[in-house]
Amino acid sequence: MSTFTLHNARMTDNHIVDVDVTDGVISAIAPARGQKSQGLDCDANKNLLIPGLVDLHTHLRQPGKEGAETVLTGSQAAVKGGYTAVSAMANTSPVADTAGVVEQVARLGKDAGLCDVFPIGAVTQGIEGKALAELSAMAQSAAGVRIFSDDGNCVSDPLLMRRALEYVKTFGGVIAQHAQEPRLTVGAQMNEGLVSSALGLTGWPAVAEESIIARDILLAHHVGSRLHICHLTTKGGVELVRWAKSQGISVTAEVTPHHLILTDESAVGYNSVFKVNPPLRTTEDVQALRDGLADGTIDIVATDHAPHPNEAKECEWSAAAFGMLGLETSLSAVVESMIVTKKIDWAQLVERMSITPAKIGGYSAHGRIEVGAPAHLVVVDTEATWTVDRATTASKSSNTPFHGRTLPARVMHTYFHGVHVLQDGQLTGKRYE
Amino acid sequence: MQNLLSIDDITASQALNILDTAKELSRLTEGSVKKLPTLRGRTIVNLFFEDSTRTRLSFEAAAKRLSADVINFSAKGSSVSKGESLKDTAQTLEAMGADLMVIRHPASGAAHLLANSGWISAKVVNAGDGTHQHPSQALLDAYTIRDHFPEHRNDFTGLHIAIVGDILHSRVARSNAALLTSLGARVTVVGPATLLPLGVESWGVSVSYNLDEIIEHCDAVMMLRVQSERMNASFFPSEREYARDYGLTRSRLGSMKPTSIIMHPGPMNRGLEICAEAADSPRSVVLKQVKNGISVRMAILYLLLGGSIEGDN
Ligand SMILES: [Zn+2]
Repeated sequence: MSTFTLHNARMTDNHIVDVDVTDGVISAIAPARGQKSQGLDCDANKNLLIPGLVDLHTHLRQPGKEGAETVLTGSQAAVKGGYTAVSAMANTSPVADTAGVVEQVARLGKDAGLCDVFPIGAVTQGIEGKALAELSAMAQSAAGVRIFSDDGNCVSDPLLMRRALEYVKTFGGVIAQHAQEPRLTVGAQMNEGLVSSALGLTGWPAVAEESIIARDILLAHHVGSRLHICHLTTKGGVELVRWAKSQGISVTAEVTPHHLILTDESAVGYNSVFKVNPPLRTTEDVQALRDGLADGTIDIVATDHAPHPNEAKECEWSAAAFGMLGLETSLSAVVESMIVTKKIDWAQLVERMSITPAKIGGYSAHGRIEVGAPAHLVVVDTEATWTVDRATTASKSSNTPFHGRTLPARVMHTYFHGVHVLQDGQLTGKRYE
Repeated sequence: MQNLLSIDDITASQALNILDTAKELSRLTEGSVKKLPTLRGRTIVNLFFEDSTRTRLSFEAAAKRLSADVINFSAKGSSVSKGESLKDTAQTLEAMGADLMVIRHPASGAAHLLANSGWISAKVVNAGDGTHQHPSQALLDAYTIRDHFPEHRNDFTGLHIAIVGDILHSRVARSNAALLTSLGARVTVVGPATLLPLGVESWGVSVSYNLDEIIEHCDAVMMLRVQSERMNASFFPSEREYARDYGLTRSRLGSMKPTSIIMHPGPMNRGLEICAEAADSPRSVVLKQVKNGISVRMAILYLLLGGSIEGDN
């Protein structure tokens, strides 16, 4: 039996506690006893203790694009960012549309041993939007898939979307929709607005996102199924979700850290590190997203961590890949946009970045700091600031939009099943067997 | 001036300086001496990723009249689809001794990327990037307008210029709207709503859907070319309907002010955006635009490469 104590951890209610961990499980939480650390113990120095963060939207690129990221390097980026669970998006090569591929991804996650890697299954074969993938087989596989998404592509065929929503009811699954009407976004490069007009880049209008959100809300209502909307980016989208919730429709929504901070003005200068899908929107949208996340209209933050090799970004804007890194900067970006601005407090942040995503994904071992729960724990220095440096990412890629930016809050320690995978901000090389 | 990427990067007085320099260079090369030794020993690369014989020839003629060496590189289509990146191409050409690169590219922002990514130290002139900017075209248009309205030499206040057609996809329109308004002109963009960019009012221009209402008030009408790829993409129902509503037809030609001029960046679609009578009328300054283009491009190259007029005479 292995036991250690995390001393002097500050809970979100400001109580200072000692947390005992026995064989990877929380065995006691008690007011701090003021004892010295010994052995495997760690002193949190009254820094904030939160449950490990849970990401429902992570591109780990393996299999197929290991040059950009692997499950291992993505897991390293995750624990550095305070995540103990990530959800691997299906748009790999081959696509995660069979039990075989999702089991392979889950196994790679276990081999990495740094955090839980929950595969997301494709909704349609090859994420081509033509025919349903074998959703039930993926659900019943060893990977136990519950979230299905064609992310990168929208399930735009309304009949296919209806069928998918209905079909996953049989095993309690949820469809996570990348809302993008394809005909309204042919060749789209950035938010359609004053900036796209001036830059001569093809616009990606808000209505292309909102029309799919509206349609899918109505479909989910009609068939009585559960819908999750990926990366909400527009003010109108927030309004639609707010209305759906007021009607009791079973819809959840996520927002990315980058859409909470950055706007389409970033595209001036054509630096394609700011090219992302859905695109960065306007200041008005950013405000609406912050308000929506604060009032619970938007349930969670999800990173849409999207690594790309340099050559996919060192080129003309229209030739560059969509996507930006997220895992390592997510917490700090949310603190900057939501806590520094006093929109939410830390307890609410924990709900939106750990407890609720764990609920939506059905990840019952996550989002809990209580006796009997696995010790997926993170210690955050809430007063520290740090400057993002693309040269020091744990991710295999360096396409962070926050390079050079100083952000608040620093992840000091991450425990996964009680294994100290991140210590004083550094990967320890330890892994959970 | 380090590069010329966008009209937004230069002030009105810098623009006027380019136009004055162009005038001077044109005067110097008008007589029997067609060539100045100003840029002897300097190498200018025409980096053309998009077909445009006219623009390339114009830059080439400008460079040669200043005695520069010219290397032409053309690769149609996206550089990435060909497997060679813009970065590699540019660095290769710089290794061949390029002092300045003139780039034409189908991607908006390509010139900006070339100049600001740290890949090369050569200077960069944007000869048209996607649907973004074509600053030398705007400068040659301003030069042509100035030539025609000498009383407005240093101030276009009081001149009303219409830019007609596919504003949405036009780098010529973006560059001209910026330059002409900064010189004081009143600019109206005219076209069907499908071909006007969202928020075009913020460019400091007026907007009209009706060419007939404004043509009689204009001092210059700038007709834009209708690109063939727009024709089957539901921007307008048919060429006939476009020509009827937005073409410079004979009857519209008849309603123009006596002093007003017709401009077109070329090549013209006769019978579509402009009728033959308008194209060939004495009001048309299309060939002057071509001629002035060489002088203006000489001025741009000259100013960027720091040549000296006096010293070389
Ligand atoms: Zn997506």
